Amino acid sequence: MAGMTIIVRTIARLLFPFMFLFGAYVVVHGHLTPGGGFPGGVIIAASFVMLILAYGIEQTQKRMSFVNAEVLDTIGGVTLAIIGLLGLFVSGGFFLQNVFPLGELGRLFSSGNLPLLYLGVGIKVTAGILLIFYAMLFASRGENE
Amino acid sequence: MGKAQQVLSLGMVMIVGALLISAVNLTMPAFGSFPQRQIGENVENAIGQQILENAPRQTGAANVVTSVVWGYRGYDTLGESTVLFTAVVGVVMVFRAVRRPE
Repeated sequence: MAGMTIIVRTIARLLFPFMFLFGAYVVVHGHLTPGGGFPGGVIIAASFVMLILAYGIEQTQKRMSFVNAEVLDTIGGVTLAIIGLLGLFVSGGFFLQNVFPLGELGRLFSSGNLPLLYLGVGIKVTAGILLIFYAMLFASRGENE
Repeated sequence: MGKAQQVLSLGMVMIVGALLISAVNLTMPAFGSFPQRQIGENVENAIGQQILENAPRQTGAANVVTSVVWGYRGYDTLGESTVLFTAVVGVVMVFRAVRRPE
């Protein structure tokens, strides 16, 4: 994939931070507003896919490489497992128990471990969707990464 | 398809459609009303109503969907993200195998 004209490239370069920011907003405010880790992660992945369409895969690899996406996918999954295991170490606790203070309803730092879990899911979904795109693109190109 | 068969098919579709519409009209609860669920002897304490009333106090999340997804049904969502992980691993594995023989 070679990339597109300068018009598309400029628009994509200007639009990318805002799409990324919107996805991050949806992920971080998952416990306050509709949204959450799954749709927010897909929005962030879509911003990277827009870069792939505009600039081609080599330029996008410099921002987020295949190996980085693999590592991020694993980090997201390990985050979920660790936060879940934290609940077990509380006396009489169960898996995925809320060990952090609940805070004030409606604030950003509230509801204990739910924002952290959504953060892990957001990272995981972003990296996962991006990995699927990368794998298909590399296979259709027939080259090594 | 012959003419008689067409008419027969159309008639069957119309009969089934009329049955479905009348079933919806006769058996569904009124629009906007929440059906009262009965589990054992508990009629008033339906689980959905309980969650709607207690979720903000119990989990501290303003979004009730989030408190169900990660608060009450955390195992389910963990399994969901495991399914996503498995799907990604499968896709990457399959497409790596595609480009190996060269």
